[in-house]
Amino acid sequence: MTTVTGARHGVAFWLQLGFTLLVCMLLVAPMLLSLLAGVTENYLVGIESGLTTRWIAEVLRGYSDTILLSLQVALACLAATLVLGVPVAYVLARRGNWLTRLFEELLTMPIAVPGLATALALIITYGGVGEFRRSWLFILVGHVLFTLPFMVRSVLAVMSAVDLRTLEEGAASLGAGFARRFFTIVLPNSLPGILSGSLMVVTLSIGEFNLTWLLHTPLTKTLPVGLADSYASLRIEIGSAYTLIFFVMVIPLLLLLQALARFGQPPR
Amino acid sequence: MSRDPLRFEPVPVRLNACAKTFPGGTRALEPIDLEIAGGETVVFLGPSGCGKTTTLRIIAGLEQPDPGGSVFFGSEDVTALPIERRNVGMVFQSYALFPNMDVAQNVGYGLRVRGIDRRRRDARVGEMLAMMQMEALARRRIDQLSGGQRQRVALARALVVRPRILLLDEPLTALDAKLRDGLRLEIDRLLRQLGITAIYVTHDQGEAMALADRIVVMSGGRVVQIGTPRDVYFRPADPFVADFVGTTNRLQAQAADGRLHVLGADVPWAGATGPLAVLVRPEDVRLDAVTGQAEAKVTTAMFLGDRTRLVVETGTGETLSIDAPGRASFAIGDTVRIAIDPDRLLAMPL
Repeated sequence: MTTVTGARHGVAFWLQLGFTLLVCMLLVAPMLLSLLAGVTENYLVGIESGLTTRWIAEVLRGYSDTILLSLQVALACLAATLVLGVPVAYVLARRGNWLTRLFEELLTMPIAVPGLATALALIITYGGVGEFRRSWLFILVGHVLFTLPFMVRSVLAVMSAVDLRTLEEGAASLGAGFARRFFTIVLPNSLPGILSGSLMVVTLSIGEFNLTWLLHTPLTKTLPVGLADSYASLRIEIGSAYTLIFFVMVIPLLLLLQALARFGQPPR
Repeated sequence: MSRDPLRFEPVPVRLNACAKTFPGGTRALEPIDLEIAGGETVVFLGPSGCGKTTTLRIIAGLEQPDPGGSVFFGSEDVTALPIERRNVGMVFQSYALFPNMDVAQNVGYGLRVRGIDRRRRDARVGEMLAMMQMEALARRRIDQLSGGQRQRVALARALVVRPRILLLDEPLTALDAKLRDGLRLEIDRLLRQLGITAIYVTHDQGEAMALADRIVVMSGGRVVQIGTPRDVYFRPADPFVADFVGTTNRLQAQAADGRLHVLGADVPWAGATGPLAVLVRPEDVRLDAVTGQAEAKVTTAMFLGDRTRLVVETGTGETLSIDAPGRASFAIGDTVRIAIDPDRLLAMPL
């Protein structure tokens, strides 16, 4: 068997396979080690010191509010980007002129500009509004600014591909007014884009650190900010346990959204 | 498509001075006045950019005519109504079927919009699918249909809401030739059976002649000729129409004293005098070794089954297309004698 396979795949194949596995190792190994550290009794001694869940318990005791806040911000951010982004993408898809193209470019600015700069701009502008500055909504605004272009882009890509104009004309010829066309034709046919946009927005929001680090207050810490906190000031086992919790949270979410995105695409 | 005919109310359509200027100043359509009788099938025929689709879209309500223009369905002025309130049925070139719905949902969409309850909706969709012989496809997704099936779904979807008029925008263009011929017959039968006022846009003269009660030939945003298919074919208003509808030969001629000098020979002539261009169809040129007026050399012989299309060059250096019977065979370089009946010639001013 081996000789047959070996004959079928040349040296180049095995070299490529080896290289691919090596790259995977380099990527996965640190994650695995970090996860392992989160359940190790004493990282300096190593795995022989035994496995424990007490670091996880400690993180949950100290940082569960950051986890909840991160989820809250991510979901609110998703809602906001859906409500803002889908109509924006629709207008951009239906009306292609210099103004909409300019708007599209402007919209992507927060991706190009470093998060810290965006955050600073927000603080300079709204920092004086005390109630707002202190609330989690301040972080939400930053996240929406940052993630909106991803939502708009992915919805726009799908909308541009399905010839919305003609579909809508078809619906209109059958008597459908704007609202009905939007909800029965535009939205369902943009679903793959909306789902993949949602996937990106939630993931980006949960993991966002740059902006959030400047925007947060001691009372509005998100998970990544808490993570940085624990890395900086606590035992490495606690930081690692924190990472573990992040993975447990975010991976099912990613898988779910991936599955949804696949479901939304027409079968080929 | 031959089951129970749903008869439609024949609604006449009138266009008054409808012009269209697009932003940026491009004049897509010169002012057009047109009366379409109830139940009539009118075909807008012309090359791309001639204004035929713009006219259709103005009738549909997808475009507004320039100020001053108006559109009437019967006695109702619909100019200000958007398409969704005109109650028209429209079949698009790309069909515009909704990919998020199956066949039955597509066909039922217009009924759903009209708030018709599920039971009656299902019944009417079933009826319509039966008429189109598509019951078996009711639960198919659009991307599981062939081009011809999509075309029928589009027709069914447009007709099920009992529109006042039916608009078809190059509905057969996306299909291959064989299918096109079959569907052309079906559409023709359907339109006659339903008695609905239908407006059909195409650039294919064969489609236009087969389907139309009247053809509106358009060019450069203008109506060039309106007439029955026979009118347009046998009495084209100008060389453009003659050339666009069917194939035609254009010859130089000189007329004087009851004689027309053409292809180096004289034939009796009662028409206009002076230097003329005369048009003659390939099937109106005969090959006649005895009475033929002019000699010509075969330069191309294309066997088409039912006939052989010859291209010949005459002694005067003019090139003609001629239809010869399919069973006669020719070789390049053969010499033939051609005969033209003066009453088959159409004179055009130079």
